[in-house]
Amino acid sequence: MSLLGSQPRLVAVGAQMFADAVAAQAAPVQQVDWRPPLGEEGVEADLARVLADPRHAAANETAVARMLAAGAELVDVRPASEALALDKGAFLHAGPPIGWDRASGPLRGALIGAMVYERLAATPEEAEHALAGAADGGSLHWEPCHHHRTVGPMAGVVSPSMWMFELRDPVHGGTAFCSLNEGLGKVLRYGAYGPEVVERLRWMSDVLGPLLQTAVRARTDSGGPVDVKSIAAQMLQMGDEGHNRNRAGTLMFLRELLPSLIDSGAPTSDVAEAVRFVSGNDHFFLNLGMPACKLAGDAARDVPGSSLVVAMARNGTDFGIQVSGAGDQWFTGPANTPDGLYLGSFGPEDANPDIGDSAITETGGIGGFAMAAAPAIVKFVGGEVGDAIEATRLMYEITLAENPVYQVPVLGFRGTPTGIDATLVTRTGILPHINTGMAGRLAGTGQVGAGLVNPPASIFPEAVTALAALAPPVVGGGS
Amino acid sequence: MSGDHVEVRRGAYHDSVTLMQVSRQVADVDGVEAAQVAMGTELNLDFMRGVGFDPPADAGPNDLVVAVRAGGDDAVAAALARLEEVLTTTGGGSGDGLGGRDPEPRTIGSAVRRAVEPPSLALVSVPGPHAFTEAWSALQAGLSVLVFSDNVPVEQEVALKDEAARRGLLVMGPDCGTAVVGGIGLGFANQVRPGPVGVVAASGTGAQQVMCMLDTRQVGVSHCLGVGGRDLSATVAGRSTKAALALLDEDPATELVVLVSKPPDPAVAADVTAYAESLSTPVLVALLGPGQDDLTTVARKAVEHLGAEWADPWSWDEQPAPVAGGSLRGLFAGGTLCDEAMLIASETLGEVRSNIPLRPEWALGEDLRSPGHLMVDFGDDALTQGRAHPMIDQRTRIDRLAAEGADPSCSVLLLDVVLGHAANPDPAAELAPAIAAARGRAAEDGRELAVVVSLCATHDDPQQPRRQADLLHDAGASVWLSNAAAARHAVALVTGSTGATR
Repeated sequence: MSLLGSQPRLVAVGAQMFADAVAAQAAPVQQVDWRPPLGEEGVEADLARVLADPRHAAANETAVARMLAAGAELVDVRPASEALALDKGAFLHAGPPIGWDRASGPLRGALIGAMVYERLAATPEEAEHALAGAADGGSLHWEPCHHHRTVGPMAGVVSPSMWMFELRDPVHGGTAFCSLNEGLGKVLRYGAYGPEVVERLRWMSDVLGPLLQTAVRARTDSGGPVDVKSIAAQMLQMGDEGHNRNRAGTLMFLRELLPSLIDSGAPTSDVAEAVRFVSGNDHFFLNLGMPACKLAGDAARDVPGSSLVVAMARNGTDFGIQVSGAGDQWFTGPANTPDGLYLGSFGPEDANPDIGDSAITETGGIGGFAMAAAPAIVKFVGGEVGDAIEATRLMYEITLAENPVYQVPVLGFRGTPTGIDATLVTRTGILPHINTGMAGRLAGTGQVGAGLVNPPASIFPEAVTALAALAPPVVGGGS
Repeated sequence: MSGDHVEVRRGAYHDSVTLMQVSRQVADVDGVEAAQVAMGTELNLDFMRGVGFDPPADAGPNDLVVAVRAGGDDAVAAALARLEEVLTTTGGGSGDGLGGRDPEPRTIGSAVRRAVEPPSLALVSVPGPHAFTEAWSALQAGLSVLVFSDNVPVEQEVALKDEAARRGLLVMGPDCGTAVVGGIGLGFANQVRPGPVGVVAASGTGAQQVMCMLDTRQVGVSHCLGVGGRDLSATVAGRSTKAALALLDEDPATELVVLVSKPPDPAVAADVTAYAESLSTPVLVALLGPGQDDLTTVARKAVEHLGAEWADPWSWDEQPAPVAGGSLRGLFAGGTLCDEAMLIASETLGEVRSNIPLRPEWALGEDLRSPGHLMVDFGDDALTQGRAHPMIDQRTRIDRLAAEGADPSCSVLLLDVVLGHAANPDPAAELAPAIAAARGRAAEDGRELAVVVSLCATHDDPQQPRRQADLLHDAGASVWLSNAAAARHAVALVTGSTGATR
């Protein structure tokens, strides 16, 4: 015990006057900027119960250690029908579960497009009619990507014919999937379903997917699988944050695969088109970064007592989170509408509320959490480089660890804030910063902008309350 | 009330003490008649309604409510400008060359991670329902904790103390008003000289009184470890008292330990006393109760144990004259000072009613009124919910002073004034005029109202104790440094036997 051995060094939380009184006696004191927790009255008792749960501290340590240790290697590219055993009429979508009646415009648009692409409907109208009737026990159904080890950007719609990246976590043995990125503008994931959208999807499944499969398999056989986590680590040092900016990551990925693509034996015109498509799409790597973070989140799942957030996802209507200690339960609230910059003549009235599984990047400690690494896109958070640095620094207040692999040069190579703790969010009121694209509110519109969004505040205290119900009550005299 | 400006700022939290200071500064703006800036707790909203403001019904405890009454729009604007100025001078982060501000740490864990040298002690004074979370986090970060907050559930107190024991740390409190660690006063603490006496206290003002009495004899204190008023209850069973005794036993600077407590659970008292006797450092056990030593006597015994010479503490007692008859009314900020005064008074006067009664049947009703002898502890948990401690905010006591001045059944008023760090910076400036007014009001009614003040202070307290005593004395009060002596004097006045008080 060193308490009485020397002059005390103090941390004060609460009334400023007590810290002032200590400072007036020339003793060192650090005041904490405390504020009441998020949530309804009574959340303080739930917080107490979760924190006092004898499993809590160790559970969080275990969960975040797994999150940090998780690796991510690209091992294959396969159609969803094969990779996920997805049958005709089955679809996956981003975010927590949702029916057609509450589905947002972009989610509806993406499902409509997928119906046409899968030749389950001849026209968008026919598709919409069938989908609207799907609740009556027909052959069409959809489920969250997250329920199938998958993550989908924006609407996140996956259908059986789409080709998927398959990533493996060599440390914990997990697998995660994500579709191939379509580019920007009028694309399915933003809810567009016009002929050019469906045509591009067909080219992707007919040409791009098989070509990537050949190249990835050849590369895996010769030099080992592409280490996606390593690319993500490097991209952060090259000005990407891995969510709204993936330019360096995309080019590094292409560099890894180019020899195998050239060697694939496919017609050079196909190779050239594929390379042109990938290098012309600054977001191609997003669909590799997302499953890499999904592997990290999944590795941290199901540690009893842990308040670590293992998934954040939105379906365009609801924003949902899952926490390690509460299994597959979703804690949902109304998705906010992002604040940011708009394409062309689009404005805030055109934007749909927040959508997509891409917040898995923030869950894994990149994206908005690595904002300081990407000064080139600070316009989305207010324009100043300082704002980006401040955004990342603020996230350390709600995370359990710093990622030793994902580092931010401008912060002295400090690791990115990683492992959102629902109790810390609830206590501090600091909500995760999420960088995101914005989909048009109306089905069929496509992308209207990009910006910044926060989860609804209510879902973190709700998760705490659920964890409290799973924890023993705070009792004195247990020893 | 057309000139009222009332607004609600959602989710803008500031602590109640800061807001009191802010309210006063806004109220001082020219042309402002009334200003209240407070979190929207029920109590605060009631205060606002009491002044005639009409706060919105949907304002909640996490919302900042601003209410200003002023002569004109200009004055309102000036008041709001002043508000912004005062609010923004609190908080704020350090910049860096990149333009980003380093956010203030929002949790103890964050503050500890950022500290260049590891901290050793956390001071928690958030509202009671939130105190467990902060104190627990401090323990997890390896810090001992002083929990100033009251209204903490007892099972949480036990859980904190068990966790501290597992980690070899100390939890002081909850409801620990006073500590001195390594010469630094924490919470409410008088400026005492360093010396050989260690204090363990299940009572805040009890510890302050003993330390002040020691200081008047030039006897210093090594450390004073508060353990919280419930530590010697059957439920908490002296967990922190034993831990604190063990710490002081190992401390080379401590030659004698004084254990001060409000009336404890008898079985726990026996257990703790036996533990104290097993230590190598002598422990003077001073448990308040009928027939036990008062705090001044405890200090005398400690002084004598150390071989120093005792002399009775100062008083300024030339007035007032005895006023046989009527009732004694004690208005206290310090709970243990109130307890001690009641123990002394009831020996002579019998029943003394109180919100912290010596016997259950002497309990006061919710209005805290009674025609007979009574003493109120305004620092009791039930009266401090959602507001600052009366050692800081004297409003309720001053209101009661005025009421007693107008009450024909009241003949003697007994008040404590506790100085030291964190206490009101100039309590006499507010109390002296109130005392003079109450005495004046009584005189108008043809009564003599005697006022006795127990001043808990040392020579070096930041409020200039001599000046405080003079102000109170000039207002017509007799002033005593010993609370026990003040109580005896007040009893003598009410019974008309002042000759025997010295």
